[in-house]
Amino acid sequence: MKVLVAVKRVVDYNVKVRPKADGSGVDLANVKMALNPFCEIAVEEAVRLKEKGVATEVVVVSAGGKACQEQIRTALALGADRGIHVETEAELQPLAVAKLLKAVVDKEQAQLVILGKQSIDGDNNQTGQMLAALAGMAQGTFASEVVVDGGNLKVTREIDGGLQTVSLKLPAVVTTDLRLNEPRYASLPNIMKAKKKPLDVVTPDALGVNVESKLTLVKVEPPAERKAGIKVESVEQLVDKLKNEAKVI
Amino acid sequence: MAILVVAEHDNKALKGATLNTVAAAKAIGGDIAVLVAGAGCAAVAEAAAKVAGVSKVLVADNAAYANQLAENMGTLVAEVGKGYSHVLAPATTSGKNFMPRVAALLDVAQISEIIAVESADTFKRPIYAGNVIATVKSADAIKVITVRTTGFDAVAAEGGSAAVEAVSGPADAGLSSFVGEELAKSDRPELTSAKIVVSGGRGMQNGDNFEMLYKVADKLGAAVGASRAAVDAGFVPNDMQVGQTGKIVAPDLYIAVGISGAIQHLAGMKDSKVIVAINKDEDAPIFQVADYGLVADLFEAVPALEKLL
Ligand SMILES: Cc1cc2nc3c(=O)[nH]c(=O)nc-3n(C[C@H](O)[C@H](O)[C@H](O)COP(=O)(O)OP(=O)(O)OC[C@H]3O[C@@H](n4cnc5c(N)ncnc54)[C@H](O)[C@@H]3O)c2cc1C
Ligand SMILES: Nc1ncnc2c1ncn2[C@@H]1O[C@H](COP(=O)(O)O)[C@@H](O)[C@H]1O
Repeated sequence: MKVLVAVKRVVDYNVKVRPKADGSGVDLANVKMALNPFCEIAVEEAVRLKEKGVATEVVVVSAGGKACQEQIRTALALGADRGIHVETEAELQPLAVAKLLKAVVDKEQAQLVILGKQSIDGDNNQTGQMLAALAGMAQGTFASEVVVDGGNLKVTREIDGGLQTVSLKLPAVVTTDLRLNEPRYASLPNIMKAKKKPLDVVTPDALGVNVESKLTLVKVEPPAERKAGIKVESVEQLVDKLKNEAKVI
Repeated sequence: MAILVVAEHDNKALKGATLNTVAAAKAIGGDIAVLVAGAGCAAVAEAAAKVAGVSKVLVADNAAYANQLAENMGTLVAEVGKGYSHVLAPATTSGKNFMPRVAALLDVAQISEIIAVESADTFKRPIYAGNVIATVKSADAIKVITVRTTGFDAVAAEGGSAAVEAVSGPADAGLSSFVGEELAKSDRPELTSAKIVVSGGRGMQNGDNFEMLYKVADKLGAAVGASRAAVDAGFVPNDMQVGQTGKIVAPDLYIAVGISGAIQHLAGMKDSKVIVAINKDEDAPIFQVADYGLVADLFEAVPALEKLL
């Protein structure tokens, strides 16, 4: 079974970003970039499937500017076999990414596509579901467990009320939640090996995909600031404040 | 303008999140229809018909929608949604599951987790774990939107008298099937709608110690939440996670116990009216957003708090 993993280059999760002064966008000058944490979990899951002999090949794909080849290399160092870079400088919305991924899935005939549930920059939580709809596939979103059993995939999903298990026909799309696995660290030898793994570059044009979007960013602004509070000295004082000052209990 | 709101329910009862979503629809302005898709969900349709401001309820009662599988919901909502200018659903795990499919099938963008309506085509939504608020404008013919419930005050559940109409939708696509569910059972209020939330983090050390928080919560009529670290460590189940990638809460009072205050956690609770932090590290970032901070060992402070309530 061929597994395709979609990975995104995002601002590192430790960075607290700020809007630019003119509100035209987010200030990303000199900030640390990384593989989206949910994509790391996606790569790990695919690599584990390969180690179990379920997956035959793990292909990673990322769409964006030249720099996202760094994240493809990271995924290759974690154990993926080869990479595909869909190169474009265009601002990509989830629908455009889903269309690009659909074209790659068609070309590669992947049986399973694993994505993160959410990119931590745009907080969209859309791409996997959109890809599944465009490809006419079943989806197992927010997965905390994935078991391949014959032609089906059993996915346990983290939902608001607890856990839900669904059975999907393959080919299918899975999006990862935090508890699916704990990603490994890439070893130095594997980082070196990753540099020699194949990485193909294609363009949206070559895939026949129009990446334009009808959604425009009008402006960005910082969220409302909370006023600094006070430190209380004791539990008694805390209860008194909550009762008599804040009046919330 | 005609707005379609997809109801959140469990075939028995209409979920509160629907009321916040109708509120967002009202802010957009226009005729509001509610779609109830389920199996044996007549009671839900009746409840939806009473919601203030709703003019029509569409019921798709079919075994294919019993568990709201995304594949079937996606095609149904896209089909019904074609006749509307806006299609809205709450940004719950259910709405997040099928709405992007709806958008893709309609070949339009989805606008995720809006917190404010600027106009019929312009909306505000948090990005980067809530560190930035983006205003986005859509030129798509149909706006497919998920609504962050904390951004909109619920409309009244009573007062309306909408007409109820049956709609038929596509049959089961046969792509997926429901296997089972393990739902958390609790007599406490639901996390996302509770007036008071008490949350524990890694500082709680284990699941048994959460008993201390349950006791406090029961005295306050509160829900109990947790940080990712507490969930990952197995202290409590996943449905209790508050944060950027968990649940978003905005109660009148949020009490964070043994939680450091990482941006991903703050993203889920910093719109609470009053925030209390109990942490033994006086430099913990949670104190920067707390109205009342108590620097103390939680194993002394929490039992003392419970006694005083
Ligand atoms: C992609 C991604 C998504 C994430 N999503 C979320 C999310 O949705 N929600 C979320 O919460 N996190 C999320 N995180 C994790 C987040 O970055 C932090 O790691 C997490 O919130 C830390 O949890 P914590 O505060 O409980 O633990 P810690 O950071 O370890 O803090 C424990 C705190 O307890 C205090 N403490 C310890 N013992 C005591 C005691 N006896 N008395 C009083 N205080 C004590 C310590 O001083 C410390 O401040 C996410 C991370 C990533 C990468
Ligand atoms: N530009 C991209 N290239 C490759 N994969 C992407 C890209 N954007 C999003 N994805 C995938 O879609 C997931 C969800 O992203 P989003 O819908 O933006 O929250 C990510 O975790 C990735 O797996």
